[in-house]
Amino acid sequence: MKVSEAIQERVQIPLAVEALSAERLAYLEGLVSQAKTAAAVFSQFTQADVDRIVKPMVLAGMEQAQHLARLAVEETRLGVMEDKVIKNMVACEFVYNYIKDKRTVGVIREIPERNLIEMAEPIGVLFSLTPITNPTSTVLFKCIMAIKTRNAVIFSPHPKAWHCCAEAVRIMYEAAVKYGAPEGVFTCLDSPTLPDNAHLMKHKDVGLIDATGGPGVVKAAYSSGKPALGVGAGNTPVYFEKTADVNTAVVDIIVSKTFDNGTICASEQTVVIDDEIYDAVLKKFVELGAHLCNEKETKLLERSVIDPQTGFMQPLAVGQKATDIARFVGLSVKPDTKLLIAPIQGVGREHPLSVEKLFPVLAVYRAKSVTEALRVCVDVNHAGGIGHTAVVFSRNEEIIRKFGEVINAGRIIVNSPGSIGALGAVYNDLVPTFSFGCGTGGGNSTTDNVNIFHYLNIKRMARRTQNHMWFRVPNQIYFNMNAVENLRQFPSLSTIIVTSPLLEQIGHVDIVRRHICPKTHVHVQVIPDAEPEVKVIAEGVEALNFYKADQIIALGGGSVIDAAKIMKLKYESPEADLEYLAAPFLDLRKRVVQYPTEKVSRARLIAISTTSGTGSEVTPFAVLTDKASGRKVTLADYSLTPDVAVVDPQFVMSMPKGLTADTGIDCLTHALEAGVSNYASPYTDSNAMQAIRMVFKYLPIAYEHPSDEEARSMMHNAACIAAMAFSNASVGVNHALAHAFGARFHVAHGRANALMLPHVMAYNAEVPTKFMPSPYTKGYVADKKYATVADLLGIGGHTVDEKVKNLIHATEQLLDQLGFPRSIAELGISREEFERAVPEVASIAFEDPSGRSNPRMPMMKELEALFWKAYEGRGAKGECKATPASALNPTMV
Amino acid sequence: MSAVCLNIDETRVVQALREAGDNLDGTEAEAVLDFSSVHRIDPGALLAIEAFAGIAEKKGVKVVLRGVNIDVYKVLKLMKLTSRFSFVN
Repeated sequence: MKVSEAIQERVQIPLAVEALSAERLAYLEGLVSQAKTAAAVFSQFTQADVDRIVKPMVLAGMEQAQHLARLAVEETRLGVMEDKVIKNMVACEFVYNYIKDKRTVGVIREIPERNLIEMAEPIGVLFSLTPITNPTSTVLFKCIMAIKTRNAVIFSPHPKAWHCCAEAVRIMYEAAVKYGAPEGVFTCLDSPTLPDNAHLMKHKDVGLIDATGGPGVVKAAYSSGKPALGVGAGNTPVYFEKTADVNTAVVDIIVSKTFDNGTICASEQTVVIDDEIYDAVLKKFVELGAHLCNEKETKLLERSVIDPQTGFMQPLAVGQKATDIARFVGLSVKPDTKLLIAPIQGVGREHPLSVEKLFPVLAVYRAKSVTEALRVCVDVNHAGGIGHTAVVFSRNEEIIRKFGEVINAGRIIVNSPGSIGALGAVYNDLVPTFSFGCGTGGGNSTTDNVNIFHYLNIKRMARRTQNHMWFRVPNQIYFNMNAVENLRQFPSLSTIIVTSPLLEQIGHVDIVRRHICPKTHVHVQVIPDAEPEVKVIAEGVEALNFYKADQIIALGGGSVIDAAKIMKLKYESPEADLEYLAAPFLDLRKRVVQYPTEKVSRARLIAISTTSGTGSEVTPFAVLTDKASGRKVTLADYSLTPDVAVVDPQFVMSMPKGLTADTGIDCLTHALEAGVSNYASPYTDSNAMQAIRMVFKYLPIAYEHPSDEEARSMMHNAACIAAMAFSNASVGVNHALAHAFGARFHVAHGRANALMLPHVMAYNAEVPTKFMPSPYTKGYVADKKYATVADLLGIGGHTVDEKVKNLIHATEQLLDQLGFPRSIAELGISREEFERAVPEVASIAFEDPSGRSNPRMPMMKELEALFWKAYEGRGAKGECKATPASALNPTMV
Repeated sequence: MSAVCLNIDETRVVQALREAGDNLDGTEAEAVLDFSSVHRIDPGALLAIEAFAGIAEKKGVKVVLRGVNIDVYKVLKLMKLTSRFSFVN
């Protein structure tokens, strides 16, 4: 047997830069400098320039394929010359075929639907280590890839394959430079040493290490601190399943395992054969030229080709012919023997032939079941082959997929030869390569077949994308006096009216009853006039089920309508978990929790509001209180929006003054906050602006003259219109503050809003301390939008600042006119008590989702400052230059 | 003190810079090299630019590159040479 050179890849490359002579250092610096210059100059080249160079390089490689193969075999004493010719040609022709039309300069991909463009940036200088097993093909492959991607390469071939690699580099270099590549684009280290490699792996001007070889080389590359592609050893398991086409599979395995005498690290190592076909498979192997070792021969083989100390293959055997190995071991085989087959009974150190064997020796294992077969394949995979390659021969798709699931390999080759299959583009559509990424299991950064895209920095140009927005409101809204009459058009067999005791008592329920479709069975579910509780919801759902309701009419203020929304949700989707559905979210469209779409029953929800503030009849929100846990659950989803809204002012004519003021200011706050919200759109703006004008004109009248039908009607409409705006644009920090403060000090929502409103407007109109990220808005526009409101109200001002001041003043005047306390202090809350509460309420306000759509990102300290401003009251922003609010006469209302 | 101004022809960048380097006598405050007609540089030109910068530095002459296109500028950047020059449009 010829004594081949030892495999050096397993030798650890020292990471510490050993002392290099000054002369050697200067030599290495010269190489790097030359490569760096070439790479810099190369950066100017266009795609056409690059493609003009690549093609003649490929042709030169094809022409010299046999010359290089012969050199490689002569120098390394490994492999088969004829197979190395094929490898060289694959490295040129197949790789070219894959890359020729690929863009690698400038824009390489456009993804218009995502507003993304990918652009290529070369790496610069690559330091490339190449193996002894596939020396020239690897060099050809890497040279072609480097030119296609405008990189320069310094090659450090395996010392025992230096001459053939240097010749390959020369051929590629001359072809490249002849067609315009920068001088110095490829260099080959003269007499490379481990200290040379260590020095270059750490060199500041080397951009990427591309190490193809054994674990030592890969580990050194990855330990260098440089970005690296390190791809190395494998141990390919093969599952030969009982449904496989035996003839084809056996030929495939022989082709693969004998190709270049098994030097490709993706070649088959242990074949696990189902018991049912085991004998037939081995018989076929023997028929086609394999030698089946008996027990004694297997033992001899083990001792000779596997190093008992390390458990790894003997370098002496790598890339040798089966007959040479047999002769060395002392086996008597036929002269044309292609492959030695050795049965093994397990995997691991006690079964030496279960490791990687880069020569034509194949271990076989008889498996009694699919489970056992898969288990042994996994064992082989984990015995040095994680992330590399695996092969399955089967016609059973389920088994093929199961194999793919349990085996950790970057390439899972199905019904084809492992080694040539893994190279890609011959037996399958894998990307052609001579470097196999083995993923993290193999200590690599990728499981890909290394290709041109690993030689590029890919830049992604992301353009601002206008996200889709929406404007969602109930299908039907009926408004103006006696709008309730429209109930008649909705057929129903069983309707439940959800309402409060007071509304039943004052006859509102009777009005509704009169207009429900005749012959409808009606049940009235009276609930407390307070934020709905779990128990109230449960009772309501029970009633809905009992009466098999197909229609729910919510008659009341926000609490009653909220209760009806939740009852409907639980009635239609009994499994709905309200706590779960209340999970926090940042963007409604991207929320993690989805509301149920499966419905076990369906009911139409008609909401008739009896206050002019919350606008719950058109909103997708509902609040629930769980008394047992003391928690408040806020639900938000468009599926909660009522199907029909009735905005009939007859139900608000008797609203007391205080409630008129509170709900009216709640409505104004909705509109103002929706107007400056980061989610505002032209659709919500039109609603917000209109609602603001209506409130400024009609709220004082409705307050002073409760029986004024027009004012009541307009305020009722304003509340609904403002709610349509904030249902789609959300509210802001005013609501966040009011929620936290109102809950802590038991202050009505509208009143709490009123205390904060002028201060929040002034706050939002300033240049923010911190801008809120928002893809929906361009620039900071809150102050300008307030100014637009001021213009619409006709309250004067020449500059944005003046208009904002005037709007704030007009708002303050309105609050005064409605008799609101203008400071928290006026509520009788002591400074000490407030001081104690502020950090906590500020924290709660910060958590409130309302703040997320505020134009200005509220900082915790700013929230505290706003609370203090509200405590002190007055003087939100300068002096008034405005017309008194009472004298306002907004146009177009 | 005066300024030397030189138009660089793309076809003879190396020669032009070599001549310019030879002619610098140190009495000039600055040397202005007009690269407006240079669309691409090769390794030889790069070395010549670096050499010229060295000569100018030794003689205390500030080198101003005028009209350098962005591709050539990027090459100079990759070679870490931009700090040795001033750039004007």
